[in-house]
Amino acid sequence: MKRFLKALAVTAALLVPAVAPQAAGDAEHPRSGHFSFDSAFGAFDRAALQRGYAVYAGVCANCHSLRLLSYRNLLDIGLTEEQVRAVAGSVEVTDGPNDEGQMFQRPGRLSDRFHRPFANDNAARAANNGALPPDLSVITKARHGGANYIYSLLTGYHEPPAGVTLGQGMNYNPYFPGGQIAMAAPLNDGAVEYADGTATSVDQMARDVATFLAWASEPETETRKRMGIKILIFLAVAGFIAYGVKRKIWADLH
Amino acid sequence: MAETATHAAGSQPEGGKRDFLKLTAGAFGAVGVGAIAWPFISSMNPAQDTLALASTEVDIGAVQTGMAVTVMWRGKPVFVRNRTADEIKQARDVPLNELKDPATDQSRVQRDNWLIVVGVCTHLGCVPLGQKPTDMRGDYHGWFCPCHGSHYDTAGRIRKGPAPANLAVPTYTFLTDTKIRVG
Amino acid sequence: MSIGLHKSEMKNPVIRWVDERMPIFTMMEKEYGSFPTPRNFNYFWNFGALAMINLLIMIATGIFLAMNYAAHTSLAFDSVERIMRDVNYGWLIRYVHMNGASMFFIVVYIHIFRGLYYGSYKAPRELLWILGVVIFLLMMATAFMGYVLPWGQMSFWGATVITNLFSAFPVVGQHIVTLLWGGFSVDNPTLNRFFSLHYLLPFVIFGVVFLHVAALHITGSNNPLGIEPKGPQDTIPFHPYYTSKDTVGIIVYLMVFAVLVFFAPNYLGHPDNYIPANPLSTPAHIVPEWYFLPFYAILRAVPDKLGGVLLMFASILVWLVLPWLDTSKVRSMKFRPVARIAFLLWVVAFFVLMYCGGKPAEEPFVTVSRIATAYYFAYFLVILPILGRKEKPMKLPESIAAAVLGPKGAGPVPGGAAAKPMEKA
Repeated sequence: MKRFLKALAVTAALLVPAVAPQAAGDAEHPRSGHFSFDSAFGAFDRAALQRGYAVYAGVCANCHSLRLLSYRNLLDIGLTEEQVRAVAGSVEVTDGPNDEGQMFQRPGRLSDRFHRPFANDNAARAANNGALPPDLSVITKARHGGANYIYSLLTGYHEPPAGVTLGQGMNYNPYFPGGQIAMAAPLNDGAVEYADGTATSVDQMARDVATFLAWASEPETETRKRMGIKILIFLAVAGFIAYGVKRKIWADLH
Repeated sequence: MAETATHAAGSQPEGGKRDFLKLTAGAFGAVGVGAIAWPFISSMNPAQDTLALASTEVDIGAVQTGMAVTVMWRGKPVFVRNRTADEIKQARDVPLNELKDPATDQSRVQRDNWLIVVGVCTHLGCVPLGQKPTDMRGDYHGWFCPCHGSHYDTAGRIRKGPAPANLAVPTYTFLTDTKIRVG
Repeated sequence: MSIGLHKSEMKNPVIRWVDERMPIFTMMEKEYGSFPTPRNFNYFWNFGALAMINLLIMIATGIFLAMNYAAHTSLAFDSVERIMRDVNYGWLIRYVHMNGASMFFIVVYIHIFRGLYYGSYKAPRELLWILGVVIFLLMMATAFMGYVLPWGQMSFWGATVITNLFSAFPVVGQHIVTLLWGGFSVDNPTLNRFFSLHYLLPFVIFGVVFLHVAALHITGSNNPLGIEPKGPQDTIPFHPYYTSKDTVGIIVYLMVFAVLVFFAPNYLGHPDNYIPANPLSTPAHIVPEWYFLPFYAILRAVPDKLGGVLLMFASILVWLVLPWLDTSKVRSMKFRPVARIAFLLWVVAFFVLMYCGGKPAEEPFVTVSRIATAYYFAYFLVILPILGRKEKPMKLPESIAAAVLGPKGAGPVPGGAAAKPMEKA
């Protein structure tokens, strides 16, 4: 029996790398951004989320949609209702048809989805040299390495090493599968201005926007971890009690 | 040793500790089942996006005196009626003790001529008639519910029939003179 | 059985009234109360109960997910994300369902390995075993169709590849595939029927589980010694002994489950399934869910399309005839020194296949898969039939009670390890 168990353990250990997320293609493994939300207890840094939103809105949103998010979701990252109303009110939303049967423009509301930079995928391709800027709503769930990947990608641009010929309009980035990415380095120092006065280095902005996108992909993260800890504690105590009951019941058999 | 197998567990009188354990285990089980049931039940309540859509803006500039519009709010009709002076007078002249669900007309409107009520009969949820000029409006010239014959007056109050309460007044605000937000 | 009211022994008058007319309480008491169960189960015997619990969890979470899911190609992906974001506790219900599938396969694989090691498939439990294999096949179909529903890239391409397996059959193959699709590619009709069947099959599973348990209660349970109980000294009533022991197992299982759901909900999934399905572009590395990997590796181990498909189906169908392939009279491999090693190697081969199935189809994984596939089949078709005749098993204990209670019981206790009561583990 013991041997059986041991064999199971060994094979299980073998199994783990088989199913563990593997880096896609020949891309370099993402560097860790050492995020506050990495650990089982870790929460999002609200200030970083708000700065990250500023980066998204100021830079990424020119090409990348965030179509699954609504403006009301921004309340979760610590913006006040007034701030969020201002953000929503600054975009024009097509609504209708009105009583005359016409579509019309109106200022955005909290319940509206995020404004999309392009009307559809084809328009997005046409404006981007044939490359489609992916929607970022679930991006950290949709890429190996999650937030670390975003952080590494944004900070990973450099000159191609000798022997690499870039395609027309392509940029070298070792973290992108294939090493060639259509998106030019989107961040440079001072690309946005932070309301809290934090210096806007590329590293800082990449880290902040990765934090923001991790939240956008999994807004339930904090609730989930908190609930998980409570449930594990409950189960641990219940387990001790159940084991005690079992021992008591079985005691008269031996 | 074989006889131990036939012990009926839990029947020993000396089992004080076991009883305590069993009680604790039972309590944990009950809490556990409750904790499992709650998310399922809660998931059937309105989702966040449904709650976020809980307000509607309506342009009422085009509604002439004596006319009404119906707008959709939370999937239900809301009656917006621009009442005539006569209708207002009718609504205000009724002594409160004649009413089934006493409420003054003043308590049901923000601006005298604009009556805004949820167009759902308080009996069993049908939509009463009375929005179109050709509709039956019942004995009290407000609305008439064809399902089971409830009559509402020009303040949307129940006057006759099986409905127990007045048509509900939703929360709304006048954004401008010609624009309201319901919800 | 005679016509007339059942003679109930229930004390509570209300329960008694019902029981006289429909003796479900007597049945429950007989099957789950006083049911005589071998006294020497180890914790591997928890996994049947765990699988039952898991099935119930899947059905409950699935029903509530279906309340918010939209089975349409243009809505499915977003409706799942709406569940994750906007439905109250939707993320919890979905992550439980998603990881519940993995937990179900972990539990059922251990349950199957236990059956293989302790010879639970042997006479008189052949039908019990066959029903179990049927449940496993239904589970695979259900899990596959469920994975399609979120309509991500892996959903779409998984559905495309797996349905295309049937195109390997000569003449009728392509017609079968078109029939499965309801069109000329995996599309809205496919998604709709998969949703319908994904909702239906769990209830079919539930029915077969009922038969599985009914068959179990005719033969009684096998046990780690693989010898039948000879009298009351060998058995204990199911309640409270095994109900209390199962409770311990269920709580440990729930803790593992909770770690996955709350701290690594996407660990066993594939990131590409968070990219909406795109019929124009196949992801670079498509792999099935981890629990299909061993069979996927067998499929890829064969260079011939039809051969691979047939061998893959055969790898599970061979389980159906296992009771007649294993010719040994001894059930538990505890007493079969050679078969035990052969079985452990089979488990290793299974996990090697699982590993290779997750790797790209290139060397050395192809060769390794072929060796492991060969051993996988050799174990059933060659080793077990021959070993049953050639192997000299160790001496079996006189009885369960003798083995559990030590030398005081009767006769020498073989194997040493058997002297330690397993339930203390």
